[in-house]
Amino acid sequence: MGSRTPLFAEHERLGARIVHFGGWDMPLHYGSQIDEHHAVREHSGVFDVSHMRPVDIEGADALPYLRRLLANDVAKLKQPGKALYSCMLNPEGGVIDDLICYYRGPERYRAVVNAATAEKDLAWMQEQAQDFKVSLTPRQDLAMLAIQGPDARTKAEPLLPAALREPAMALKPFFAAEDDDWFVGRTGYTGEDGFEIMLPAGQAAAFWTALLDAGVTPCGLGARDTLRLEAGMNLYGQDMTEEIGPLESGLGWTVAFDPKERDFIGRAALEAKRERGDLQRFVGLLLTGRGVLRSHQPVVVEGRAIGEVTSGGFSPTLQRSIALARTEPAVGDDCAVEIRGKAVPARVVKPPFVRNGAAQITL
Amino acid sequence: MTIPTELKYTESHEWVKDNGDGTVTVGITDHAQDALGDLVFVELPEVGKQLAAKDACAVVESVKAASDIYSPVGGEVTAANEALDGAPETINEDAYGEGWIYQLKLSDPSELDNLLDAGAYEQVLADEG
Repeated sequence: MGSRTPLFAEHERLGARIVHFGGWDMPLHYGSQIDEHHAVREHSGVFDVSHMRPVDIEGADALPYLRRLLANDVAKLKQPGKALYSCMLNPEGGVIDDLICYYRGPERYRAVVNAATAEKDLAWMQEQAQDFKVSLTPRQDLAMLAIQGPDARTKAEPLLPAALREPAMALKPFFAAEDDDWFVGRTGYTGEDGFEIMLPAGQAAAFWTALLDAGVTPCGLGARDTLRLEAGMNLYGQDMTEEIGPLESGLGWTVAFDPKERDFIGRAALEAKRERGDLQRFVGLLLTGRGVLRSHQPVVVEGRAIGEVTSGGFSPTLQRSIALARTEPAVGDDCAVEIRGKAVPARVVKPPFVRNGAAQITL
Repeated sequence: MTIPTELKYTESHEWVKDNGDGTVTVGITDHAQDALGDLVFVELPEVGKQLAAKDACAVVESVKAASDIYSPVGGEVTAANEALDGAPETINEDAYGEGWIYQLKLSDPSELDNLLDAGAYEQVLADEG
């Protein structure tokens, strides 16, 4: 048995198919993963993401500490509530985890890290904190819900604590507002508008039930994966790993090489890699032949393997199979993917595949 | 989960309907479609192909993963359910009816005796927990 979120009983009550994920027992779907996917693209859905781990980072050295720890530069965060997506690298330039870091005020930050890597992350973060005046506080007392879709914010608004309604609705994308232990960010992992909300664990079931009563569709990890794939968003452990760094995972834009004097962990390794050149490309694939793309399938050009699918699946919105893949630098517009020994034709495209309910590539 | 008593079954969750004319119809069980989740692709066997019992002969892919279908009995494929091409979800909706996968002309009708009846298949499911 894995760990259970404060909403586990609610998932069971709804008849969820439970899967083991990153040490947690989580809902995969509540009946139909595809229906849940469409609900988020067309209306609104709510995901229990309480397995993810908020970590509060506070103290006089919080800023210099995070500027050393993260590949992106938290010094960019000037306004309270502003969020930043970043990789946390090892000295070899591989990815320990990807995370979102919120600036809450002078000397106060909150990072949200992945479930499966939370213990490893915390150990690493503690180790790096030794020379800094900073305290790290994992917030396992908080639950976390993602409410996503074109109707998500208006559905959630009346159910928020009164003091947070106006500030939450006024948020620009990638900003957060907070009050007591409620924390509302206009962020997500689906390519749709919406909120990610942290709240006291004891209030999670009532909030969840109120959202369902308001017509928000409960959605599991299955739909979360197809939605993020359509949105062209990376999944840690699949698209980037401790061995494969951000420059070869489509995450070069998240690495702040400027200012040059900022010595973040992994910087030297990434610079050396960049200088050597010949970096692998991270691309999107649209399968034009028949089948379904899956991780680890070889990408083939003229009978030669030139790369590998890192995340693949069926896109419910496009009704085609799509994937993220890593290939040799000189990939053209056309390739094939080897599925069960057969080379099936595919087209190289630029992610995202879908944003705000609409296709972003031509089929 | 429904397990119609007039059908035969395999431990790998295929069902077989004896059409009474030397042919059988093959599909996957209600339990199988439920365990797989929403189906998004079916690779059908070619009509005319000769299969032996337990040959991997078709593939169903769900949102989660690809799964092989093993021919419960040997024979020549006489029909494949082309309607599944555009509508693989038919298997989720009607596993024992419109969601059939292929038909086979039996090479050895006695192979049908090797299959499970509904009660034995129910026991297989119970043992899997």
